[in-house]
Formats: sequence, C-alpha cells, structure tokens
Amino acid sequence: MKNFKFILLSIFSSLFLLFGSIIANAVEIEYWQYTYKSRVAAIDKLIANFQNENPGITVKHTNFPYADYRKKVSIAISSGDGPDLVQLYYGWLNDFRDGGLIQPLPQDIFSHSDIESDFFKMVSSMKVDGEYWGLPTAVRSLALFYNNDLFKEAGLSGPPETLDQMVDYAKKLTKTDSNGDYLQIGFGVDTDGQDHHFWREVLVRHFGGQPYSDDGQKIAYNSAAGAQALKYLTDFEKTHKTGSNGFMNRGQDAFAAGKAGMVLDGSFRISKFNKTEGLNFSISELPGHNGKRYNFSSFWANAITTKAEGEKKEAAAKFLKYLTSDEAMQVWLDTVGELPAKPSVALVEANKQHPQYGPFIRGLDYATATTFISEKPQRQSLIDSYDMVVLKDMSPEDALAKVAKKEQELLDDFFGN
Amino acid sequence: MLKDFWENITLNQKLAITAWVFLLIPIIFYTTIRFYPTFEAFYVSFMKWNLLGSQKYIGLKNYQRIFGDEDFWIVLWNTIKYAIIGVPISLFISFVIAYFLNEIKFGHQTIRAFYFIPFLTTAVAMAWVWRWFYQPMPIGYFNIMLSWVGIPQQPFLKSIEQGLYSVMAPAVWAGLGFQIVIFIAGIRAVPKSHFEAAEIDGAGRLQILREIILPALKPTTIFLVVISTIGFLRIFDQVYTMTSDSAGGPLNSTKPLVLMIYEYAFDTYMLGRASALTVILFLLLLTVSLIQLWLMRKSK
Amino acid sequence: MADEEIKMSNSDQMIQRLEQINPTKILTWTLLFLGSIVMITPIIFMISTSFKTGQEVYTLSLLPQKATLENYIFILKESKFIYWTLNSLWVASFSTISVLFFDSLVGYTLAKFNFRGREIIFIAILSTLMIPTEMLIIPWYMMSREFGWIDTYWGIAFPGLMTGFGTFLMRQFFMGLPDELIDAARIDGWSEFSIWWRIAMPLVIPALSALAIFHFLGNWTAFLWPLIIVNDPDMYTIPVGLASFNGEFQMDWEIVMTASCLATIPTLFVFIILQKYIIKGIMLAGLKG
Repeated sequence: MKNFKFILLSIFSSLFLLFGSIIANAVEIEYWQYTYKSRVAAIDKLIANFQNENPGITVKHTNFPYADYRKKVSIAISSGDGPDLVQLYYGWLNDFRDGGLIQPLPQDIFSHSDIESDFFKMVSSMKVDGEYWGLPTAVRSLALFYNNDLFKEAGLSGPPETLDQMVDYAKKLTKTDSNGDYLQIGFGVDTDGQDHHFWREVLVRHFGGQPYSDDGQKIAYNSAAGAQALKYLTDFEKTHKTGSNGFMNRGQDAFAAGKAGMVLDGSFRISKFNKTEGLNFSISELPGHNGKRYNFSSFWANAITTKAEGEKKEAAAKFLKYLTSDEAMQVWLDTVGELPAKPSVALVEANKQHPQYGPFIRGLDYATATTFISEKPQRQSLIDSYDMVVLKDMSPEDALAKVAKKEQELLDDFFGN
Repeated sequence: MLKDFWENITLNQKLAITAWVFLLIPIIFYTTIRFYPTFEAFYVSFMKWNLLGSQKYIGLKNYQRIFGDEDFWIVLWNTIKYAIIGVPISLFISFVIAYFLNEIKFGHQTIRAFYFIPFLTTAVAMAWVWRWFYQPMPIGYFNIMLSWVGIPQQPFLKSIEQGLYSVMAPAVWAGLGFQIVIFIAGIRAVPKSHFEAAEIDGAGRLQILREIILPALKPTTIFLVVISTIGFLRIFDQVYTMTSDSAGGPLNSTKPLVLMIYEYAFDTYMLGRASALTVILFLLLLTVSLIQLWLMRKSK
Repeated sequence: MADEEIKMSNSDQMIQRLEQINPTKILTWTLLFLGSIVMITPIIFMISTSFKTGQEVYTLSLLPQKATLENYIFILKESKFIYWTLNSLWVASFSTISVLFFDSLVGYTLAKFNFRGREIIFIAILSTLMIPTEMLIIPWYMMSREFGWIDTYWGIAFPGLMTGFGTFLMRQFFMGLPDELIDAARIDGWSEFSIWWRIAMPLVIPALSALAIFHFLGNWTAFLWPLIIVNDPDMYTIPVGLASFNGEFQMDWEIVMTASCLATIPTLFVFIILQKYIIKGIMLAGLKG
C-alpha cells in the first residue's frame, strides 16, 4: 500500500513538474498590426489556431489606428519596447531596415529558394542585401469597380476592356445639371487614393516607360511615357469632363453613393461596397492597352523585430511561418478579403473565378510593386503634378519635371548620392 | 546650526529666502520645460537627424536648404497672408458688432452668447463641419446655396486661389466672439462723463466714435492685434483637418509654417530641418511681437 | 419732493421707452440678431446632421425627417470617444489646478516680496510668452521619448503646468492688494504660505476663475502637442480622436458630425450655465492685459 501511494505521488509530482515546466517555458511574443476590423478578426483566428498547435507559445495581439501606426511602431521598437513580430507596409521596408527596427528572416526556417518558388514575384521586393526581411500573408492589387445600374442606364453592357474604352464609357456615364455641375461622374479620380499607383505602375508602363530605374535609385517617369500617362489621367477632369478629383470628397464615397460610374480601388474596398445598401456593382480587371495589361500590387508584410531574441525570436519565426502557410492565407482571404500571397492558394480555381476576388487575383499575374523610399512624399509627387496640370494649366512634361526634381532629391538623400 | 542661522538674519533676508523657496519649483519648471528646450531647438537645427540614428553636425546647411527651397517661401508668404488678412478682417467685424451690440438691451445676453459660442468650440471639430460645407454639390451647403442664386460652384478647398481663404474663414469665425467681448468691455470702460460732455457739446454719433471711443480703445485694440496676429501666424488645426487629402494643398497654397514643421518632423523625420523651421517661426513671431510692443509704447 | 419728480407712473415709463424706439434701432437689432444666427449656423447644422441617417445627410433640411440616435450609438460603441472624454477631462483639470496653484504662487511672490533678482525672474518668465510652443515640440518629444512619457497623462500635461500669461495676470491682481493686510498678518505671526493661501488668494478669486476658464478651455481644445505625444488611441484627447476620423475610418459625414457634436456639446452646456462668469472673466482679463 505504501509503495503504491509512493508511486502515485511520484507520478503526480513528475507530471506536475512536467506540466509546470511547459508552463514555465511558455514563451509570450507580441504581434502588432493596424486596426481594421476584419484584419483583427483574422489574426485572432490565426493566433487561436497557432496556439492550439503550439501550446508553449502565446501570442499577444495589439493593434493601433492606421493614422499613427507607423510612428508608434518606430518609436516603440527604437526605445526597446514594442512587438516581436510586426506588420509593416512593404513601402516602409527601407526605413525600418535603416532604422534598425527589423532583422533578416532566419534562412534555416525561410529558405530563399522556397520563397522564390512559392510566393508571387512581387514579394522579391522584400529581399535586400541578400536577405529577406519579411513575408506577407496577403497581397493586394487594383481592379475596376463599376456600377451595374448606371451602366445599364447608359446602355453599356460590360466593363471597358481598354484604356480608350474607359474614356468613352466615362463620358457616357457623366451627367451634369443645367449649370454644368456634376450630378454623376463617369470615373472617380482620387489622387490621394489608389490612382497614384495606377499612374505609376500601370499607365506609365502602358505608354512605354517605367517609373524608376531598375536599381530604384533614379526617377524614370520624367519622360514622354510619364507625361502621356499623366495626361491620360488628367484628361478625365480637364478634357473629357467626366468628373473632378475628389468629387464627393473621395472616389470611394462617390461610388458608394451611387454617383460614380467607375472607380479603381483595392480589394480591401470590397467589404465597404458590399455593405452599402442599394449599391449594385461588379468588378473587372483593369483595362488593358495595346494588348498588354499591367497592375499595381502592394502588401503588408510580417517581420521580426530587432527586439526579439533567443527563444522569443524562435517563437516569432514559428508564428511567422504559420502566418505564411497556405492555411493561414485561405483564412485571410475568407475573413479579410485580401489575396493570398502564394499562387498555390490564390490560383486555385475557386478563388481565381470568384466573382469579386477573381479579377484581383488574375491581376496579380501581371502586377508589379513600387519600391518606395517613403510613400507619403512620393505619393505627393503625383498629387502635385496632377494639380499643376489641372489647376495651373501646366503641361504634363513641365509638371513632372518639377516634381521629379524634388523627389529625386529625396531619393539621392536616401541612397547617399 | 540652521536654527542659529535663521534667528540671526534680518526679516528682509528671511523674506527673500522664503521667496526663493516659493520660486524653486517654478524655476526648475521654466528652465527645463521652456528655456532648455529652446536651446535644444537651436542646437538640433544645426544637425541632421532622423530620430533613430545619431545626430550629425552640418552647420547652417539646414537653413541654406530651407532658404533655397521654393516651397518654403510659398509657405512663409501663406503664413503672413493668414495674419495680414485675417487680423484686420476679424477686428473690423468684431468691432462693428461690439459697437452696436453694446447699445442693445433687449436680448443682449442671448445675442452675445450666440456670437461667443463659436469661440468655445474645438477647432478640429468645426474644421470638419466647414470642410463639409465647402464640398461641391450635391453635398456642400455653400455650393448648394450658390446654385440657388445662379452663381457657379466654387472649388473652395480644392482651389489654389480660394484654398487659403477657405481655411482662414473658420479661424476668423471662431475668434470673433472673444474679440467682441473684449471690445464691449473696452467701450464700457470709457467713463460716462466723456459721453455726457460730448452730448452737451452737440457731438454727432460719428464724432463720438472717432474722437472718444476709438482713442480710448487703443490699448484694447493693440492687445487684440497682438494676440490674433500671433494666433494666425501659428494656425495649424484647421489646415491639418481640412486639407488632409493633400496637406497644406492644393500645391502648398494653404500650408502654414507650423504644418511644414510638423511634416518635416513627423512625416519624413527630418528633425534638423524641422528644428530650423521652428527657429525661423520663433524669429518671425518675436519680430512681430516686438514691433507691436514698440507701437504700444509709442501710444502711451 | 424729489421723490415725486423721479417716480413716474408705469404708463409714463412705457411711453418713454416706446419713444426711444426708432426704426434705425430696430434695423440694427434685426441685423445683429440675424448675424448672430448666421454665426451659430454651422453648429446648428452639425447638431441636426448628427441625428440624420446616411441617406438624409445631403438634404438641406434643418430637422431630420427620420431622427435617429444610431450615429451616437455607433460612435460610443465603435470608437473610443468615452476614453477620449475622460482623458481630456483628466488632463485639463490636472493642468488647470497646477496653473492656478503655481501661477498664483509665483505671481504673488513677484508682487509682494522684495528681493534681489526679482525683476530678472519676472522678465524671464514674461519672456517665455515669446517662445512659441511650436518651437518646443521637438525637444519636448525628444525628452518624452527618453523618459518614457509618450502615451501618458503626464506627457500630455507637462508643457502646460505653469504659464507666463497666468503668472503675469495674477501678479497684476496681487499688486492691487494692500500691503498693510499682509504686514498685519506677518506681525500676527502667520507663515508666509498661510498669508498667501488664506488671505491673498481669497481676495483674487475673480482672477482665479478667469484664469481657470481660459486655461481649461485652451487645454480642452489643444491639438498639436497631444497629436504628437499620444499614439495609443486609448489615450487620445478629444481633438486628436476627432482628427483620427480621417484615414481608413469610414468618412461618413453624419458620423463625423456626430463626433464633432460630442466634442462640442459639453463645452456649450457648461457655457450656458456659467455664462455670466465666463464673460466676466474674459472682460476682466482683457482689461488687465
């Protein structure tokens, strides 16, 4: 009897110790992203799945409003606080690297050959100096949203397939009152929205040029192609009179109000339009030109911060591996509506032919991403050159020359030229 | 020993020591929170620094770059425009209203309250409201009202010519209440005897205004000019909120110095350049204040 | 006899008043009244829109056809407005109490004590009026990063704990107090602190309330510094929270107007109750300034 008790006791105590050591070894890592309802929900779901599979790791999930996200992240990490794993806009990569905020992904867990074969090509912008600095769960591209009711009213059957058709359709979809004021616009240009990407990666290429030099250090949009691209965009407002920049405050608002025939936007806008009562819309791939198609893609990547060391770094790498797994990407697509970063998930027939996500996914095939030094001032280049052409009647060539000069200074400053 | 010391000093010395004790914490405060940061601002203005790395001394380069930047001159001129247009307009309007409102007895409190309420509002909140009013049809009320009388729509915030005035309007609107109340106080402070003497002399309304009221209001007016000039030169809240799609736009036409400082510091993290701009702003404000103080001395 | 001359019958009084009304006066009154209505029109529309649904937003009607509270519910539920209000309240109150205490203490010391270096201190403090906060935000930010004040109440409040303006104002008022009062108390053996706290302070209450109102209001509506020092949305003050309705948040005008309402209504409410004191306070400050 005594022996039995003793055995029982030792079993219990060793189990207790074992259990205790697992608890004691439980690593807690922190993950930060910006606040957006569906993204928060998705991460929560993925954390739950991950923690089930990895009982020794807990992931704490914190999020902040988009407006101050970047500032908050930079400050926190640089003062030694902050997360172990952070989500960053791919355009911030250089700033974050420069500021010593993130560290390269360990190559034993994230082999470069695997990355290059598994992910969409645009992810290569995360490779700098021979290392990968982050990986996305999802990517975004642009597509054309169009209002079915307004199209029907104007006698248009399907979406425009070419740039020229787009102009034509826009004209047909525009309505003005007796004073010449817009009641309804054909195409909602919003230079502060996604249209600057449209100009930079799509239009400039359509007209035979490219936005930056191959090494990304010199501006190349200051060319005939760039000017033609800018002219195409400004002509909507200036020549064709199919709308004004920021009509009804933003393109997306005009579209949601049923007052814009077409807008260009990312897949993240789908849920807003789906929720808008009475809005009957469809999505199509961006119109092509001369038989070619281009698109702009962007993404938010997950990176390991310099704060993560030892077992926290290990745990963070593990979680990152899960975040970039096929399973996580499908969850993300279903919850957030953002496109999977791997063709193996994205180009699955069901996803490819999806009425809403399909056009975006198909667009990924021919999409490129701009390597931004600092997105805000570079975005301002297009906003300003657009205003120069429309408000000050400058020629697109002169406008681009002016903004290019300023932006090149920014680039030179960054690259130390 | 302390007790001996305390008993052997004069009353005056005791009072002096007490005074310094009272002033101790405030002195520490002002030194560390006002004076030291001022020097630090000057110091950083000679550096190149992006907050995360180390500071690199570059002498006057920041200032050179600023003065060579075309946009800076636009922004400086904008800032001055806000003041030299905003101040006279708001003082004129508020004086006229104060003059007539002072004579009203019936409903005086209520009407005065209506004029004053905008002063209590948060600039950001009202900037949103005005931004909405400025929208083109069918959303913006101003344009809707213009269309009723057949005037073509105005771009307001989206126009290079109208942008600055559109942003200035809510700032003027909000400041009127304060100025009106001060003016009324100033008018009422004029001794009744002056008015009675003028009436006996048979002076007309306009004469009384010119020869009695306006001279008596000189210190009040100068006070308001100083305060509102400095206020307009530092304008920020309205611009930030109303031009968020192209900050200070379009094409920098509405951008004041403070917004440029904010952008350099917290958008592009060029803290040396931003500090240099704050020094320039400081010198601008200092010059303006000194000129006005000198004018005030002259009037005495 | 004089009484009979002065007393008039009620009807005579009324006749006299009516005789004073002339068309010019009526016109002036009407214009002023209309002007005052125009002044508050933005506020009225802001309030009325906050009760409208999304569809009705673009109608120019003053009263919503289908009044709804759903915007208010949305804001209170989905955003952190309540936190923002508490933060603003906390910071503004703390700052105002500090200003009332220290500005009066310093003002009193500079007014009623004679010691070497007094003028220098006074001029030094006065000179801080020339230093714009815009110049100090970068050093303050650097300081706050080092000491971990980012996203704290202290971080938001510390720049405004004492002001040159308040000190100047209080000094003016204290200088108006008779020295005999203080000397008498000294002879009676009162401590200097008690003299200030128990004798001098009660005598300048009008000035204190004026200062309190000014400072509280300024703090409540402060934007630039809180914008910089606070990143955590839980710690926003009301103006910063309002500005955050930019960006990815849905820019539905009725929501934004509701938020602006919530920011403005409490101040208006306080004003309506304390109107007399507020106006008096401002007039007082203006005359002494």
